[in-house]
Amino acid sequence: MLISILLAVSITLMYAAPLMFAGLGGVISENAGVVNIGIEGMMTIGAFCGAAVGYFSGNPWWGFAAGGLSGGLLALVHAVASISFRADQTISGVAINFIGPGLALFLSRKLFAGSAMTKPVEHPIPTIFGSYAAKSSNLLIKAANIEMTVPIVFICALVLWFVLYKTSWGLRIRSVGENPAAADTLGINVYKIKYVAVFVSGVLSGFGGATMTLAVMNYFTQSTISGQGFIALAAVIFGKWKPHGTMAACLLFGFAQALVVLLGGSNSKIQIPSSLLSMLPYVLTLVSLVLFVRHSTAPKADGIPYVKGH
Amino acid sequence: MKNQQADAVEMQSIYKYFDNFCALNAVNLKVRRGSIHALLGENGAGKTTLMNILYGLYRPDGGKILINGEPVEMKNPNVAIEHKIGMVHQHFKLVENFTVVQNIILGQEVVKAGCVLDLARARKQVMDLSKTYGLAVDPDAKIEDISVGMQQRVEILKALYRGVEILILDEPTAVLTPQEINELVNIMHNLTEDGKTIIIITHKLKEIKKSSEYCTIIRRGKYIDTVVVKSVSEQQLASMMVGREVSLVVAKAKADPGDIIFRIDNLTVEDNRKIERVKELSLYVKRGEIVGIAGIDGNGQKELVEAITCLTKVKAGKISINGAELQNTSPHYVVENGIATIHEDRQKRGLVLDFPVKYNLILENYNKPQFAGRSILKEPAIHQFAEDSIRRYDIRPEDCASEPARALSGGNQQKVIIARELSENPELLLAFQPTRGLDVGAIEFIHSALIKHRDSGHSILLISFELDEIMNVSDRICVLYDGRIVAEFLQGEVDENEIGLLMAGGERKNGI
Ligand SMILES: Nc1ncnc2c1ncn2[C@@H]1O[C@H](COP(=O)(O)OP(=O)(O)OP(=O)(O)O)[C@@H](O)[C@H]1O
Ligand SMILES: [Mg+2]
Repeated sequence: MLISILLAVSITLMYAAPLMFAGLGGVISENAGVVNIGIEGMMTIGAFCGAAVGYFSGNPWWGFAAGGLSGGLLALVHAVASISFRADQTISGVAINFIGPGLALFLSRKLFAGSAMTKPVEHPIPTIFGSYAAKSSNLLIKAANIEMTVPIVFICALVLWFVLYKTSWGLRIRSVGENPAAADTLGINVYKIKYVAVFVSGVLSGFGGATMTLAVMNYFTQSTISGQGFIALAAVIFGKWKPHGTMAACLLFGFAQALVVLLGGSNSKIQIPSSLLSMLPYVLTLVSLVLFVRHSTAPKADGIPYVKGH
Repeated sequence: MKNQQADAVEMQSIYKYFDNFCALNAVNLKVRRGSIHALLGENGAGKTTLMNILYGLYRPDGGKILINGEPVEMKNPNVAIEHKIGMVHQHFKLVENFTVVQNIILGQEVVKAGCVLDLARARKQVMDLSKTYGLAVDPDAKIEDISVGMQQRVEILKALYRGVEILILDEPTAVLTPQEINELVNIMHNLTEDGKTIIIITHKLKEIKKSSEYCTIIRRGKYIDTVVVKSVSEQQLASMMVGREVSLVVAKAKADPGDIIFRIDNLTVEDNRKIERVKELSLYVKRGEIVGIAGIDGNGQKELVEAITCLTKVKAGKISINGAELQNTSPHYVVENGIATIHEDRQKRGLVLDFPVKYNLILENYNKPQFAGRSILKEPAIHQFAEDSIRRYDIRPEDCASEPARALSGGNQQKVIIARELSENPELLLAFQPTRGLDVGAIEFIHSALIKHRDSGHSILLISFELDEIMNVSDRICVLYDGRIVAEFLQGEVDENEIGLLMAGGERKNGI
């Protein structure tokens, strides 16, 4: 019993980790007043770069870093369009969602002999107990042997929470998302803060994508990222734009994905068609948004381009 | 080294265009160090624009700025802050869901270890300042929960916290009570004794007389004159500013009240934090009567208005007009029953700032047959209506029908609201601070509009922190203190001092 609970927890965490990275990304950009629909695209490019660099370098951490960087660079495109040129943030984000997968496919065909998927990464992200778990006969340790990305994302969440609520940077970021005109009159560089927030948002989303290809699977295909970015966005709203709330929401959605695996297993007692089961995370997202998000309030200036002097 | 002889601020021949509208046309301003200098002008004259240029928020299209004799290019507020210029804006620049302390320190935070907020120390600094200058604030309250008057004090503290030498106050007294205004004037004198320089924009001539040494007058973007305040009368200031003679007191006939049409019985209302703000309050308004509610900000006015307009839930009691009960229904129902409201905060409650003026003028009537048929807006009719209202209420500039409301000056935004609210001939007009931030010409206009509305057999419930306004306009005066009506008088029965005393919690009289 204990073992199956532990197993359910670690599968939940495994699926939740990419969502959590991306969700944290959403939190920081929306707190600075930039709606980031493009998370999905940033995750996709991060997932591809993670797998490709992980494959060629043989080191998953290089892959992980590359995933973050590529997500950050793609986010800068969103920043230029929506902050400097005041493009509609939703449209710009949608464009990012086309660019991300398109670029990933293009690069994949270039680098992997015309294949739309990367070769499997030899060394994925290590687990917390590493080779010790493989040798050990303790089933508890085997069940609890989660990937390093899980503790990393929790640390990221803690750091983000601390930065947003306990530091002067956080105060400034939130003021820009709430009332940029007020921040501006106090000499705060509104545009700079928005740029940094969007870049960090991209890096975190890229990490989320790389977690998918380096910890959950070990290669990249066109369907590796299929809606996780949007689920993460829903988690941001569900989590009331706060890091801790978003983490909790991601865990819930991760649990839904874990259920798909657990209930879909061949030895499970109840047989549910797998196609119905795999709808579960998406249905749960919709239902939770409809039921619980009524009282959620976004940062006041979220999604509104800031124009000086208005 | 500062040049001791130089003026603290000198603005030479400043121009500013918005598209091809010339908001400032060669305006000059010279402010002596250590003086209080008033800037006087009608709504839309360009005062705020001029000060925004001084504070680096707008770039001028021509002209020069000298601070302490040195030319300075005010590229952005940072340059102004560096030169120790602070500005309290006419429309507050506060982050609504931050606390008072967070708002004050934002941008110049008290930190330890480089970036970690030290809120305890910040709080202490803020409270010290608040005590030194007598600016009472609740440091841990969120801005959205405090009164406009306290928000004002937060803004002033924000500037003082930054150690300003030159303080710009854009209509700081528009929302203060007479006592608070006196305190502010004292604070200003203390500051100038400290060697600080103050530029104050205000429409209240009395205050200019009380506080300032010099006064610069601008009219429709043009420099008119700078005068020594001691040597001119209020009346002279008023005519210089408007360019014609204005009367400072409204003329009105005696009221001839009919039946009671609106009444409130034992009303109790709580605020967001579950504190009772209105306590078993009862009052009534008769047909053809203006009832004024005098009181210091924060004694339940906000909650009373929100309860009447159904923006908040009533805990107990009844509100009714012509027998129809209104409490805990909907704002739409209240409007349908003939109540129009001028809200205290015109930007938050009164206008959709990004809508053109013409849509703002029909916000409540957009679905009436004259403006919409089968859900399709009748643009020509709306435009025509807007043009008429703009002419009738002297909203400036005259061709603003299609401009966003945001582009109007504060006073003109207020006129848009008043035009809208009076357009349907409401049975009862609920006027909460209807002349906040208006110039004497506009106040004269609005007061006579209110009286005209009364004379046509309608009623008005006027809630104002402006004792002069209450005394001038009301037929019957109720004094509100701590959520209760503590006294009631007919006009002429009472003088300013007695009401002032009751407003501050003095002895209860003629209690009801
Ligand atoms: N951002 C803007 N865009 C376009 N026009 C503007 C803008 N800001 C101000 N104006 C116009 O410039 C003129 C001067 O406005 P300003 O706000 O300086 O007036 P003011 O003297 O402060 O008036 P009030 O006493 O009503 O506050 C007004 O006619 C206003 O409509
Ligand atoms: Mg102004």
